Amino acid sequence: MNKREVTKMVEHTINATHAVVTLDVALPGIIWGWMITLNMWAKSIGTGVVFVAAYLFFRHRKEAMPNLRWAMPVISFVALNVFLLFTLVDLHQPYRMINIFLHPHWTSAITVGAWMASLFTLLITILMVIGLADQFTEYFKRGCRVAPVKSLMSFAGKNSGTYEKILPFVVFLAVPVTAYTAIIMAESSARELWQAPTEVMQMIWAALMAGSAALIMVSGSWSQEARKDLALILSIAVFFSFAMYMGEYFFSFKSAEAEATLAYVHAGGEYNVEFWFGMVLGFIAPFFLATSTMKNDNVTLLRFAAILALVGLYLAKDVWLKIPQMLPLS
Amino acid sequence: MKLGFLVDLNLCMGCKGCEVACKVENDVPLSSWRLRVKYIDIGTFPDTSRSFTPLRCNHCENAPCERICPVSALHYLENGIVNVDSERCIGCAGCMMACPYGAIYMDPETNTADKCTYCAHRIESGMMPACVVVCPVEANIFGDVEDDHSHISQYIMAHQGGVQVRKPEKHTDPKHYYVGGGTYTLDPLAHQRLEGHNLFNNITHLKHNGDPHHGVLDRFLAPFTSHGTHDNKSFMNFDNTHEQEGGH
Repeated sequence: MNKREVTKMVEHTINATHAVVTLDVALPGIIWGWMITLNMWAKSIGTGVVFVAAYLFFRHRKEAMPNLRWAMPVISFVALNVFLLFTLVDLHQPYRMINIFLHPHWTSAITVGAWMASLFTLLITILMVIGLADQFTEYFKRGCRVAPVKSLMSFAGKNSGTYEKILPFVVFLAVPVTAYTAIIMAESSARELWQAPTEVMQMIWAALMAGSAALIMVSGSWSQEARKDLALILSIAVFFSFAMYMGEYFFSFKSAEAEATLAYVHAGGEYNVEFWFGMVLGFIAPFFLATSTMKNDNVTLLRFAAILALVGLYLAKDVWLKIPQMLPLS
Repeated sequence: MKLGFLVDLNLCMGCKGCEVACKVENDVPLSSWRLRVKYIDIGTFPDTSRSFTPLRCNHCENAPCERICPVSALHYLENGIVNVDSERCIGCAGCMMACPYGAIYMDPETNTADKCTYCAHRIESGMMPACVVVCPVEANIFGDVEDDHSHISQYIMAHQGGVQVRKPEKHTDPKHYYVGGGTYTLDPLAHQRLEGHNLFNNITHLKHNGDPHHGVLDRFLAPFTSHGTHDNKSFMNFDNTHEQEGGH
């Protein structure tokens, strides 16, 4: 008798009912697929770099991280645009995306999230323009031949102080932008596996994990202390994220549906392989690699850990997104 | 006024007349269903029985699909019907993730979400839903559940204790009731779904979600290109030799 049968009333189990569907229609397969996985993964990077950069700005002098002021918004901008692109591309009627702004329905976390993410991307764009204008002043003064870009960068350079004024709001806004996907999942009441308060924390850990991993890739010129902090954040984030996945995977007694979903994955198959591949590759291995680099500051090894963490995070998110969709709802 | 449905499973004989009537009335495309009748065999030979369960949108009073829809394409009508505006729908499939009853599909011709509307267009004209009219044994009972004198209210009162809804634990407050059912028919986890449960083939899961002819790029190009007529054969062009995904 499997775990799912234990937690259901015995008279409702298949063993008791001996009920078999003998005629029915074909059911939908996976509805939210890899594009939504990519969407969530990219958003984790887009907001995660903001959290981690804010901490680093607070902890270290700017000279210790010479490229952070412009690299952070650039990475965030690229990741957020990947996120927005795949949000759009996944729609069956992409041009009607405008309806979210023209006919918003405020009880929907999709609507609230779309508005917040748009505002967040706008603010990140401003940070990026200022950051680039400050960093590449000479190029935009003399090398750049596109007049509108030149004047925009000149204007941005003159308003350099705006960066520090906007940053606290960006960090504050990054919290709901990170977490709103968990609210969408909570509103997806057909998928019991996602109906957990832990999803919010899982999103925050994923953002810290992805943010620190992304910044590790550009931290070659940073001080050893700053890089050590990155390794520490990555280690802590993968540790707690892994612990939460393990808790959800083995001890999820939320409902019969959630357990049926997990029982299916526990039984083996491609999603079982993908999940454990993601856990080992993206959580266990980076934890040991990142902690080992904290003493000897091995940049190559730390970057390797960061790449593994990003790949593993994608795999873990992919499994968690898809498996509840395979449960027949009726 | 709050319109509701009640199906007396003791009367239903699984003729699928309602399923066909719904298809015809609402022009539901191939590979999609607003209403379907599921056959479930119960027991072990020779002590066996077969039950027939019509499944459609529950028109919940606390509808998760309405709550998650980002553009109010899914909305309540004054009579309690959860209606869908396919002109506004953006095709995000959020409603398909939210509906605990799997009652919403992505229309393969319009690429928008669609579902049973209790034949809202017929109700507006004072007619009954097509599935009610066609039922040969009057197993489908439709009416105002807030009117104590309506047929459905009388039926519910006459069967006190024997009236059930699907997944009450979801707190969706469905306005679709069953009489004569049991957990084995109404709970999808209480029955097995074996390979080959379809009558004419082994297709258990659809490979497509929305228009199978239109990839991601086509969705962007669709407004600028003529949308050709659909070849029904291609909707059925599946690998039907084995189960694709799922397996519960």
